[in-house]
Amino acid sequence: MTNRTSIGAIALAIAASAALGACAKKPPAQLPPDPGGAVATTSDTTPGTMTTGPAAGSQADFVAQMTGQDTIYFDTDRYNVDSSDAAALTAQAQWLLKYPAKRVTIEGHCDERGTREYNLALGERRANAAKNYLVSLGVDAARITTVSYGKERPVALGSDEDAWAKNRRAVTVTID
Amino acid sequence: MKLPLIALLALMATPALAQQVAAPVPAPAPAAQPTEEGGLSGEVSDESDWQDLGIAIPAFATDANVPTQASAGSTAATGIAVAQVITADLKNNGLFKPVGPDPLPRPAFEQVQAPDYGTWSGRSAEMLVQGYVRANGDGNLTVGCYLYDVALKQQLAKAGWVVPPADWRRAAHKCADVVYARLSGESPFFDSRVAYIAETGTKDRRMKRLAVMDSDGANHRFITTGQATALTPRFSPDYGSILYLSYLNGNPRIYVYDLERNTQRLLVQSTNPTFAPRWSPDGKWVLYSMAIGGNTDIYKISSSGGTAQKLTDSPGIDIGGSFSPDGSRIVFESDRSGSQQVYVMNADGTNQQRISFFGGRSATPEWSPRGDQIAFTHIGGNFRIAIMSPAGQSMRYLTDSWQDEAPTWAPNGRVIQFFRTARGSGKASIWQVDLTGRNERRLPTPVDGSDPAWGPIRP
Repeated sequence: MTNRTSIGAIALAIAASAALGACAKKPPAQLPPDPGGAVATTSDTTPGTMTTGPAAGSQADFVAQMTGQDTIYFDTDRYNVDSSDAAALTAQAQWLLKYPAKRVTIEGHCDERGTREYNLALGERRANAAKNYLVSLGVDAARITTVSYGKERPVALGSDEDAWAKNRRAVTVTID
Repeated sequence: MKLPLIALLALMATPALAQQVAAPVPAPAPAAQPTEEGGLSGEVSDESDWQDLGIAIPAFATDANVPTQASAGSTAATGIAVAQVITADLKNNGLFKPVGPDPLPRPAFEQVQAPDYGTWSGRSAEMLVQGYVRANGDGNLTVGCYLYDVALKQQLAKAGWVVPPADWRRAAHKCADVVYARLSGESPFFDSRVAYIAETGTKDRRMKRLAVMDSDGANHRFITTGQATALTPRFSPDYGSILYLSYLNGNPRIYVYDLERNTQRLLVQSTNPTFAPRWSPDGKWVLYSMAIGGNTDIYKISSSGGTAQKLTDSPGIDIGGSFSPDGSRIVFESDRSGSQQVYVMNADGTNQQRISFFGGRSATPEWSPRGDQIAFTHIGGNFRIAIMSPAGQSMRYLTDSWQDEAPTWAPNGRVIQFFRTARGSGKASIWQVDLTGRNERRLPTPVDGSDPAWGPIRP
């Protein structure tokens, strides 16, 4: 990871975390595994350029640029966007405004310590909270769909507070 | 697939002794009603004495051992299997201590209506269940079922059914229902079915399939392939279809699965996610919950289609819903107060009132088919199955585990199934408990199971 794009993304992440240093909440110390790992290592298909990273404007590019900020996290039973979520969504919005043709799906999730049907509704509410924030930053609502997985798709498999904190999330996925 | 209906017939008299006994009375409904003089009726909550009630259930006799199309085999083999099913029903229910056919002498066909009381009192049996299996000329089976009080040397109940061979277990469940109803004074429930979600795979990639089975786990069948995650099924009251949630095409929406045609359709044509489908007791209405812009409310629609009526309008999550047996009221779940709590409203959405005030959260309410109780999930640290009155009084826990949720009532309102999730592995299993909370057991399912939904007693 020596290309300029990645360095830029890391710098952005450092800046963001420094700005949020006073925030006591989340995000989890360890980020969830990258679901698009195989895609992220795909080399740039555009010939004749210096970059070797993902294609600009692709989902792999989005994941690489966001460095974890494609996901926001929630407190138990909550769906409000707090300051660290706002920073992540701002980064997402900047990327989306740069690629106005891209559409995204926001996946809302809950931890396992909720009843199944309520969690489906809560995941939908979380995804919509993220969507509404992106719209407030100028992203066209028509570009954003939401889907709730309730507690059906955990990323952290334990049954403890750490795992639950990682699973209470809204993940923005761009549609290639 | 058509669920075969059986004719519930008055027992046509056992052949050999048919002329010597009084004409049998029609058995169906009256068997569920305890008689005053029997002295055997009692509250389920007072079952301590019942545990000691010795019931002998020898192999059912046959007039002629002939091959049948039944999975259990010949009429003689089916007679053993019928007695085993009855024994398992009564034993698993927890109220009785039945002794099954294996250690018992098998009555002769002629003894079915003339028990050798000495044999059974010598074995300390207080009750005797016996009967016969007979192959009819048309390929169907006739199953006769008799309940005797050994001490009183008295017949307490009898019934008979003509069933297709494939439905021999239904006759056994019907017989267990006759015995249960006569001895407990409660309504029958064994001859009923359960829809649920069969689960396989790792915690982060669970495959969830719609499946159905009898109330004892037999006659299991997978309905969906698992390619789309299936959740929260509900049998229609006539067992003809199932409402459930599927992620078919990527979004969670409610489908109506037709069990006769093996086809399905969307309940509501909308791009919004729909959750938590529920039938009205008469099958004429469906409740569903739909999220618009992240806000979930409860709607009611005719099961034959038409325009939906929005019943709730709070900015919080209003979800689920369960009709009272007369269809006039609905109990549902809402977090409008800040956390999940249980509310009741009229069936038109008016007069919404919170009824759960127990601390913690209260979720997934289900109105008992008897109308006297509401079962729900209480969340206060652990998730436990509890019951309360429709006014929110007399709350009582039935289970105590790390995560029990989503109770569903037996057709008689005396037994509850729910699912239990294991801490760590996330593995789910279906359990059953009666209203005493003491008789708890796991249901046998071929793979893990969740979201049980118990259907009504079959005709």
